[in-house]
Order: sequence, then structure tokens, then C-alpha cells
Amino acid sequence: MKPEELTSMMEKARADMQAFDHHINVCTESGCISLQSDLLLKTLGDEVKHRGLTEKVCVKGVGCMGLCCNGPLVKANTTLYQNVKSEHAPAIVDSLSSQPVQELLCDTQQPFFTRQKLIVRENSGRVDPESLIDCIAHGAYQALLKVLTSMTPQQVIQEIADSGLRGRGGAGFPTGLKWATVAKAPGTRKYVICNGDEGDPGAFMDRSMMEGDPHRVLEGMAIAAYAVGAQQGVIYVRAEYPLAVKRLTKAINMAHRHDLIGHNIFGTKFDFNVEIRLGAGAFVCGEETALIASVEGKRGLPRPRPPYPANSGLFGCPTLINNVETYANIAPIINNGAASFAQIGTEKSKGTKIFALTGKIKNTGLIEVPMGIRLKDIIYDIAGGIPDGRAFKAVQTGGPSGGCIPADMLDITVDYESLTKAGSIMGSGGMIVMDETSNMVDVARFFMEFCMTESCGKCVPCRVGTYEMHELLDRIYEKRGTLDDLQLLKDLCGMVKQTSLCGLGQSAPNPVLSTLRYFEHEYLDLINQAQASEADRNAAAKGESIKLEVLS
Amino acid sequence: MSISATLPRPPTDDKRWKIVETTMRRNDFQPDALIESLHSVQQTFGFLDIPSMRWVAAALKVPLSKVYGVATFYHFFTLKPQGKHVCVVCLGTACYIKGGRRLFDEVRNRYAISEGQTTKDGQLSLLVARCIGACGLAPTAVVDGKVLGKRSPTELLSALDEALERKQES
Repeated sequence: MKPEELTSMMEKARADMQAFDHHINVCTESGCISLQSDLLLKTLGDEVKHRGLTEKVCVKGVGCMGLCCNGPLVKANTTLYQNVKSEHAPAIVDSLSSQPVQELLCDTQQPFFTRQKLIVRENSGRVDPESLIDCIAHGAYQALLKVLTSMTPQQVIQEIADSGLRGRGGAGFPTGLKWATVAKAPGTRKYVICNGDEGDPGAFMDRSMMEGDPHRVLEGMAIAAYAVGAQQGVIYVRAEYPLAVKRLTKAINMAHRHDLIGHNIFGTKFDFNVEIRLGAGAFVCGEETALIASVEGKRGLPRPRPPYPANSGLFGCPTLINNVETYANIAPIINNGAASFAQIGTEKSKGTKIFALTGKIKNTGLIEVPMGIRLKDIIYDIAGGIPDGRAFKAVQTGGPSGGCIPADMLDITVDYESLTKAGSIMGSGGMIVMDETSNMVDVARFFMEFCMTESCGKCVPCRVGTYEMHELLDRIYEKRGTLDDLQLLKDLCGMVKQTSLCGLGQSAPNPVLSTLRYFEHEYLDLINQAQASEADRNAAAKGESIKLEVLS
Repeated sequence: MSISATLPRPPTDDKRWKIVETTMRRNDFQPDALIESLHSVQQTFGFLDIPSMRWVAAALKVPLSKVYGVATFYHFFTLKPQGKHVCVVCLGTACYIKGGRRLFDEVRNRYAISEGQTTKDGQLSLLVARCIGACGLAPTAVVDGKVLGKRSPTELLSALDEALERKQES
């Protein structure tokens, strides 16, 4: 494709879009599909066809609109409908030229929508992820065009560095710095890898991104490849996300067909190919060296760093690994400039972050908020607080590597540093809210069980340590624990944290440490109960023996 | 091509081995295509047995021990045949907090099978997922590849009834 072809394609697609009088967008991501939105999409299409309106009404499937708990969501022109079922299709088509369907209305003026800032997800819920033309109409590949025709790789890296973007996978490493390291690494063969192994239970931002706007991820990868001098890209996706795999595959094929990836992109000398590699269910493969081993077809075992993948990664070549959301941030930074990106957020954490809100909370789903927003505003304003009149207890961020933040710390702002200071981490963006009915020892035990089974077994501290910690937590939770057990648990936390090989083991004690920090009384309560029942048993046994003596 | 000339014979005459062969051929029979190839075997035949692993090992020129190592390292691969129907209960954090454990317990108790097991008549397998990414609709389960969101234990059991009946009719 030539540069002018992209522009003419975009203009034509936009004109085609405007030729329709009405637009109906139906969410067709995994969440809404589980509530039968695929059937709904078909019914709406049939209804429009039946009435002979196919030239006037455009019905399409789109990505996530955020408020998953009220799905399936449908947007008819500017009106948002929630909990829509197939039988509502005629009423929705009727409403296009008259009054909205009252009982299905979803208030778009509620804080859930108004307090968000959509940059990465700006096209999610607007574009049909399975149509390249529709994505191009909404500006896809414009950033790649700009980069290839008017910027040098150094300028691209400088732009990303100036934006202040940090890795969205969890650790928050400055993206510009990472790119510069790979660009500087000697070698003619280099790789870019997209980490779509979203293993944190409770997080689904990356799934949504890959299902809802796959071309944006591809575009980000292509720009990265140009910047660091790579020709080959790999997207590593969990096998548990079949729809994401399907849509990415389709996106790659379509982009190939239109020469948006492949040989001599936009008539320049830049070549870039992408392939998908499936994960096979191993949390440790989120760690970059383990991920590389898995892409190479091996067991996902991490290895000590250095050498870092930037110097010696896939097949021993310099390799850039970024997370899905990081790549999705690239196109807007290039299009709108680093300065406009850097305006958003705090001093050290720029831009927006996508969070997955789940657990005991009113509005569950996906949100994109500016960095630096108060945690309280997310929980009570955007997410609508705790349902059933219960009290908030803690919010868990960062998955099995993160920690729990209690009610009295909700005033902290959401950025990399504040969350770390509070004993948790930003992580990939899962936020699981717990109310007063959740027991924190049980939560810690849950995460430890996760880490124990997901430990790859390569290093002893992690393999044995997580097992022992799980045993101790189990004992305490089952009211069989002692104060010695608690002390041993604390000791093990420090040992496993300091001596494990990779991030999995180093962060496995975090859920225990943070619950101990804020909720130690729950541990002590259980231990006290254990001692009390032990004392009872002893007393009973003693009573028994006295009785026996009397009898004899 | 010399590659196809030296390609070992598939374990059986089943034509479906061609599907797996296509996957390996697309990757030029490179050793790094091991996981892809095992995915292909499992997708086609439902599980990985020793003859299939032996064949993949020979075709990709990878030691059988390494193939076995990979097959047992990743949770997604199974070395046992699955039941005609598969029920996966998600026990990720969000589902756990919202009562996913209860879904699991109800299915386990009713069909007397625990995690990774199949009923004696080979009809139903019960599996556990770490997270299927539909956390907004917790608790969730997947019955025969279909994701079911916001389900109570009773609703899940009736969905299973429906799935099991459907097969018997056909």
C-alpha cells in the first residue's frame, strides 16, 4: 500500500460510514458474548434486513464498552442500552427514528463514564475489530505512516521517551529506555514480542484490547520494530483466550493482504512480519525470560538476568518485550505528540491506565483513568461502591504479585510509586474489591495456592517456600495455627522474596506481607481461636481422666 | 523435499494426522514449533498420548523427554482423554471472591468427580481454569467451549443437564 492509498481508503470508508442514517454497535467481546450478544447481533441484523433498511442502518459488532456487569451493551446512535436481549431487537430498531427504549437505557452521564479518559481504548466499542476498513476509517495505521515517512528510528525513540510512558505490564520500566537499549544492541536480527500472556487472575484489559482493537496492537508493534530495527514480531497469547487469538489472526492476515505489514511497508524499505504463538497455561510465562523460552518451544523456565532480553533474547537475538497495553499506547503518542501524553498523569507516571474492576463492587468492567486519580474515586465514584449495604474492606491490586490496600488508605493516588509504597503494585491492572465478608487470611491463602501451583520448580526458594507458606496459611486459616507458625510464615516471606530467581517467587510473599501489614489481627484472631479450642480440648481430656480416676 | 521424505509415519492411519502435519510443515519442522504442534494434536484428538508425542518428537527432531517435559509442564495440555462434554469452572480471583468455589463443589458433588476427572460413562469432564478473562461477569464457567457468565450453582447444573441431554438425543 502506498501512503496516499491509506488516506484515500480512510476517506472512502468514512464517506461510506456517513452514508448510513443510523448506527447500531453491539459489544461482541467474550464477556458480552457469554450473555449471548452474538445472537443479539445476528437478530438485529436480521431485523434490519427484514425491514429493508440495510442501506440506512449499519449494524456491527464492536469491542468492549466498559460496563461489563450490565451487558450485553448496545449503542444505537448516541443512546446506550444495557442488559439487551435478542427479543429487544425490534424495539431498538423502532427507536432509531423515535423515542429511546426507556427500560433498557443506560445512563452515560454517570461517573463511570464521565470520569474516564479514553486514549488507549478510544476506539474500543466504536470499531469493528474484524474489519480492517472500519479500523482504518477510525485512524488505524496513521501513526505508522507518520513514523515511516517522516521520522527516523531515533526520533521515534525520543518521542516515546519524552512521553514518559512506562511499561504497563506491571513493573513500570520506562518504555523509551527499553527501546533505546534494544536499538543500541549489536546484531542484525532483532525481535519484538508482545506479551499477551495475561496470567493475573482478575485482569482482562489485554484480552479486551486484543479482542476489541487488534490493529492498534499490531500498529504499536510495527512502530516499535521500526524504532529498534527489528523485522520480526511475535504475539504471545494465552490459549485461554480463543477469541483474541481468532481476531488477532484475522487482523494479521488482513494487514498482510493490504501490505500494512510484510514487505516494503508504505513503499519504504521497512519490512515487518508478525506471528502468533500460543501459550499453554503457565503463569510464569508472563516473566520475560520464561516467555522467550516458551516461544522457543521449551518449558517456560525463567533464567537469571543479565543478560537481559534486550541484548540476548529470542534465539539469542536482541529482543524487545512489551505488554499489550504498552503497544496500544504507542499510536496515540505518535499521533498526538509526546507533550499531550505527558500532560496527563503525575510527575513520574504519565498517561492513563486501564483497570479491570471486579469483585464485590457495583460496576464491574473495564475503565481507563488518568494516572494520579485517587483510589477512593475509582472505588466509590466510578465503580459505584459496595453493593448490598456492606462495608468496603480492601482492594487487591497487582494479582498474585500485588497486595491488599485497606479502607483507611483509599486516599492514595493511583500511580506506580504510591501503590508500591502502600505495599502493593500497579501490576497489570486488576482491581479486586473485597467487602467485610471476605477473610484476608483466606485471600492470602488463595494467592499462595496460586503461586505454589504456578511455581515452575526451577529454584528451591520458590518451589519449596511457596509450598511451606501455603501449608502454614492453611493451618492458620483452619484454626490449627500457633504464634510460632505465624513467625515462621514471616521469616519465610523474607527468605522467598530475597532469594527466588524470578519475579514470580520474589513477589509471591506480597499478598501475605500486605495482609499481615494491615490485617494482622485477622491472623491473630484465628490463632487465638485455635489456642482456645486447644485449651478446651485439654480441659476436656483432663476432665475425662479425673472422671476415670473417680470411677476406678 | 528431503524433509517430507524423512517424515516418520503417523501413529495410525487416521487422516486427521494430516492436520498436525500441516501445522508442523508451516513451521518448517523447526523444534521451536513444539508447543504449536502439541496444540494441534490436542485440538484434533482431544489429548496427548505417548504415540502422538513420539511422532511429534521424531518429526521435529526433539528428544521425547523434552516433548514429555513440555506436555506435562503446561496446564493446558492433558495426557488423558476428555469426556464428551467438558465443564470448566473458573477459580480466578474475581470468581473465587464471588463464589466460584460453590459452582465447583456443586458440580463435583453431583457427578462425583474431582478436578481433572471424567465421569465413568465418559460423558463429563470437570476442569478448573485459572482465569478466563470474563471477570466482570464472575462467577463464570465454560460448558463445551461456551462461556457462561453470572451463573448460580443451580443455573450451571441445569446448563450441564441441557448439554448432556443434547448429546444423548443426537
